[in-house]
Amino acid sequence: MLTEITRKKIDGELKKFPIDQKQSAIIAALQIIQTENGFLTDDLIALAADYLDMPKIAAMEVATFYNMFELKSAGKYKISVCTNISCALREADDIVCHLRKKLNINFNEVTKDSKFSLKESECMGACGGAPLMTINNHKMYEHLTPQKVDQILEELD
Amino acid sequence: MIKIKIDGKALEVKPKTSIIEVADKVGIDIPRFCYHKKLSVAANCRMCLVEVKNFAKPLPACATQVMEGMEISTKSKFTKDTQKSVMEFLLINHPLDCPICDQGGECDLQDTAVAYGASKTRYTEEKRVVFDKNIGPLISTDLTRCIQCTRCVRFLKEVGGMAELGLIGRGEHAEISAYVDKSVESELSGNIIDLCPVGALTSKPFRYSARSWELSRRSTIACHDSLGSNIEAHVKDNIVKRVIPKENESINECWISDRDRFSYEGLNHKDRINLPLKREKNQWKEIDWEEAYELIEKNITDIDIKKSNKIGIICSPQSTLEEGFLLKKIAKELNTSHIDYRLLEKSFSENNNWLGCKIDEIESHDAILVVGSNLKHDQPLLAHRFRRYANKRNNFSIITSYDDFYSTRCLEKVIVNPSAYINYLLMILKQVQLSTKYKINSEVIKNLLKAAKPSNEAKRIAKSLLSNKSKAIFLGHQILHLDDGDNIKLVAMHIAQAVGATFGLIPGYANSVGLNELNLNTDNISADKILSQSKEAYIMMNFDPLYDYHSPKKINSALKKAKFNLAISPYISDSFKEFDVVLPMTPFTETSGTFINMEKTIQSFSAVTPPVGQSRPGWKILRVLANFLQLEGFSYDSSEEVKTDAMIEMDKKNEFSLNDFKPSNIERGLEVLNVVRANDSDMIVRRATSLHQNKNKDQSCCLINPTTMLEEGLIEGQKIKISSSEAEILINVKADDNVCLNAVVIYGKQDETFILGMHNKVKIKKA
Amino acid sequence: MLNNNSHKASINSEVFPICLRTSNLEDSSSLQTYLSIGGYEQIQRILKDKISPEKLIEEIKISGLRGRGGAGFPTGIKWSFIPNDSDGTKYIVCNSDEGEPGTFKDREIIKKNPHQLIEGMIIAAYIMGAQVGYNYIHGEIWEEYESFEKALAEAKKANFLGKSICGLGFDFELYAFHGYGAYICGEETALIESIEGKKGQPRFKPPFPATYGIYGRPTNVNNTETYATIPWIIQNGGESFANIGVENSGGTKIFSVSGHVERPGNYEIPMGMPFKTLLELSGGVWKGRKLKAVIPGGPSTPVLPAAEIMKTTLDYDGLKNSGSSVGAGSLIVMDETTCMVSTLKRLSYFFYEESCGQCTPCREGTGWVYRVIKRIVDGKGKPEDIDLLLDVSKKISGRTICALGDAAAVPVLSFIKHFKDEFKYFIKNGKSMMDANS
Repeated sequence: MLTEITRKKIDGELKKFPIDQKQSAIIAALQIIQTENGFLTDDLIALAADYLDMPKIAAMEVATFYNMFELKSAGKYKISVCTNISCALREADDIVCHLRKKLNINFNEVTKDSKFSLKESECMGACGGAPLMTINNHKMYEHLTPQKVDQILEELD
Repeated sequence: MIKIKIDGKALEVKPKTSIIEVADKVGIDIPRFCYHKKLSVAANCRMCLVEVKNFAKPLPACATQVMEGMEISTKSKFTKDTQKSVMEFLLINHPLDCPICDQGGECDLQDTAVAYGASKTRYTEEKRVVFDKNIGPLISTDLTRCIQCTRCVRFLKEVGGMAELGLIGRGEHAEISAYVDKSVESELSGNIIDLCPVGALTSKPFRYSARSWELSRRSTIACHDSLGSNIEAHVKDNIVKRVIPKENESINECWISDRDRFSYEGLNHKDRINLPLKREKNQWKEIDWEEAYELIEKNITDIDIKKSNKIGIICSPQSTLEEGFLLKKIAKELNTSHIDYRLLEKSFSENNNWLGCKIDEIESHDAILVVGSNLKHDQPLLAHRFRRYANKRNNFSIITSYDDFYSTRCLEKVIVNPSAYINYLLMILKQVQLSTKYKINSEVIKNLLKAAKPSNEAKRIAKSLLSNKSKAIFLGHQILHLDDGDNIKLVAMHIAQAVGATFGLIPGYANSVGLNELNLNTDNISADKILSQSKEAYIMMNFDPLYDYHSPKKINSALKKAKFNLAISPYISDSFKEFDVVLPMTPFTETSGTFINMEKTIQSFSAVTPPVGQSRPGWKILRVLANFLQLEGFSYDSSEEVKTDAMIEMDKKNEFSLNDFKPSNIERGLEVLNVVRANDSDMIVRRATSLHQNKNKDQSCCLINPTTMLEEGLIEGQKIKISSSEAEILINVKADDNVCLNAVVIYGKQDETFILGMHNKVKIKKA
Repeated sequence: MLNNNSHKASINSEVFPICLRTSNLEDSSSLQTYLSIGGYEQIQRILKDKISPEKLIEEIKISGLRGRGGAGFPTGIKWSFIPNDSDGTKYIVCNSDEGEPGTFKDREIIKKNPHQLIEGMIIAAYIMGAQVGYNYIHGEIWEEYESFEKALAEAKKANFLGKSICGLGFDFELYAFHGYGAYICGEETALIESIEGKKGQPRFKPPFPATYGIYGRPTNVNNTETYATIPWIIQNGGESFANIGVENSGGTKIFSVSGHVERPGNYEIPMGMPFKTLLELSGGVWKGRKLKAVIPGGPSTPVLPAAEIMKTTLDYDGLKNSGSSVGAGSLIVMDETTCMVSTLKRLSYFFYEESCGQCTPCREGTGWVYRVIKRIVDGKGKPEDIDLLLDVSKKISGRTICALGDAAAVPVLSFIKHFKDEFKYFIKNGKSMMDANS
């Protein structure tokens, strides 16, 4: 069952669409569920599908298409680093190397204490602030240097 | 009409047609993978790109509509180069495993590659590997071979009725998948095997059992429902290895249901009998035909047939016209009119028991009302036409007790108890009468109409029937399984007459219409009556007396009382214990014969394989039996000769008149709904193993509406005791809000449930 | 408020903020700030004076405004495509799904001046008779999505959105919709599919969204910058706008400058400014290095070598004549140390990763191209690889449902065209020309 809070949030999103077009809220619903749970499981995807009266496979298609959805268990903090051209030109590689070394994991891996996971990301649309990363999809950090990364990670409990 | 040129040929074509449709019509070959004439256009494979004058880019022939003055070149260098490059892209990640691929020899990709591709690859990188998925016992997946055309995805969504497969992931990693490892459940799922242009989806039961070029292809008619789908049996070493649809646009289009496709697995089941059997000391003993006929002759001639109706004859509604005719003739010679084929019916009016229009006319109506049918299970493929209609025209209404039509858009969907059908129809009739002034003579109906108070839904249904030009009302054959079925039918017919609608009843079985047309039961004596008056002997043909007849208790006690019982059946099982002799008849694939389908189309077929063992076609068994009994007029040499006489007999048929309304006292309380699942309908499909491997938990439980469960204090998954006048069983209960209130859905004709009988009152108790 | 006389900016030196005109004000994104510069006055004037949609479209046509998302289609003409006789709901959609590498201007508008975008969308809705609008925001810029939701709430509370806007009888609902990581959703029909709750797979066209958009209803999709420009044009007149830029390229445009410059960022400048000037505005090439090449409009526009771009003016004709195009105005600057082979590898990976997988040439071809380039970068290139790359790219281009296939081919063709020697060197020596001395 989806929690009361989750359902309320999804209901809020549903207000944006005609009543017979509930499926429109699937991206939002999956986002809400993922934000609460850290990642999406098959069961959670099915719950979202049922809640929006849509086929489970259609929800699965959405969950596997948009790459900010996590289908495997992620760390408490998912760090996504953009490595696309503008970031690459401003030495995003150094940031990636630094993170790999510091956390002792590669892309798509989780630290042993489950605190961090690392993802390679495509362009985030903020190239003026390159190099950059997001934590848990929703918080962006720009103009990164290895020192700044250390500072950011330190502030996370 | 607009003028175009295709490969230099000037044509006049209808606007809004696509280039590929035009090309197909005039026989110009354009290669394609994703396009299929019966599915929505995806335009994703890009194989059909063609050069069109004044367009810099090649255009997909499937998605491009012709325009005035368009000049299309399907053979130009530009077109050829484009197609060759698309072919190259399709092949870079396709495995080179044709020698071990089941699709080999009938593969669109293979054929197209030979015709349009290069002979060498320039791709030297690693090829993609996709893990296979288990999507059930019928369809085997080799997804590394998939070219992502999405025909299977579109079929299940658009024809199958439920989106069960999808293309998950994206880019190069996009792959066909069900939700997790869920089996595909559509009753039409096997069609995706035919649709798949590569070897990614192949038939699991057929897998590795033959190569396509080793098979002889023989046409016949499917026998599991009254649609009469045209099929092709593929035979190797006298064994049916697989069945595929044979296109017949006006009946089955290019599809067949899974039971028609996979029932062949039941043909050579271990229960098949090769020799006649005699019951001796509670054991079956094989005897030769001579001995069997002598035994029968001795027992039958012992009966004093000067007195009429000493012998009862009951046959399956799947019996061919020829078998029915010979049985009728034998009955006459044996001085009995106690012959019937109606195994589940409790209402016996014989008029208008057919579709009332052509199958391909169904969708031409402007409004349709269906009453009391489990379309999905009774007529899996016909259901597709109703679904398509409902999704296209928002003018489809259904009144039913168990909604198996859930994925469809309905104008009105009324879920009521079977006992409430009659009131609903009376409400509609009353509403219709208000504006048509339709006159009803029956005093009983007049009085009932006075009391009827049309609900809003009834008013809206009436309005849709009144406000449209052409309309139709179809009843499911379950209506006749109800005690007040004739009343329901009568009122429905009044409504149809009042609004000028087509009236039809969707018959249940392959030859229900044929046997009705043959006037098999001249005196309209029901099987029920035949069994309740004790007979000296019974002859029963081609059905399982306990599973296929609605009251196992009644049939068993009748058989017990009789002196001699003869069964003619392809299979033997515990159900036949009360018989003295069983003659081995061949199933439909090993006999010639004729079925008349729901729309009264007469379809004859020949055997596709010779009989197994010493079993014989039904019509031959009956002919020889008659000869042994020294009955006159049975010197037929072929089934065609029998058919000729049967057709003459059919011409003599009188029209039945409408009975008047017979008030019946229907007890309220918990009602039972027996739903026979598509794969349980007859002796052959019940023995087709793959169709049953998928049997999920839902199928071995009963279904009750959650509200009713609450009232009865039941909880999901709980075991309950269901008792009928015949027996009691223990079964799990499952909540299902597609079931009407105060009712329990019990799947009929299953090992766990048959003993209860069908359409009886039941009581439930917590176990 | 701007007055008409100040509309002639020097294309040789100055930024000219229209979309970003609140940028330097305190609390730039608030309703209060926007009202203080005359915000929401245009829509009220239109509704009060009952200015006809035809008249407004005419004004936009005069302005020469062209779609700022990349295709550069004249906005006035586009808006006249929406059938005005149809019953039922019509939609307008703002495409803020900015995922083209090097592009980050829409984010700036949403962040700094959301109300101007909202007003622009209301005016567009009025013109096209739409009742509902969505702003589809790139999933990765989540903070901007949330701040836009706040701006919507403010606008709604002040009755600039909802039933009878400002009591003047026009209804319009506007909602924010977030993507969640799919570049392809920047393609307008993929975006529409996404709003319908599906995978972002582009639709085959025709039918175009103008007749068959969201839920099959007429729908207009424009870029953020396009809508945000509208209130200014209505306020100051189409001609004022046209006069700012150069012929065929009316008005201002935000250029996002990223990569090897001292001050990366957004520069809203008059169209027609020489690239050289913009490079100076953004502090010049970083670390005192020399310029090597620039991708002027995001990776789907051809790269230009330094010599070429330094001669070019930043407008539709100027960039076209240089062999590239304005695209989304995303200038990616590369200095002399940049290895073009490795850079192409990253861009090819991007298209491979972001292909939706729907049509064959793109699904299969982008992976093929990426693998060949990767092989070259791994030191295993073969001399025939260059021709293979060119041939495969040409066969993706023009054969797919949407423009992603075409876009994927662009960097391959243009990088090899201008820097073939670097590719040959890499294949021959198994290492980059940039590492030649190491």
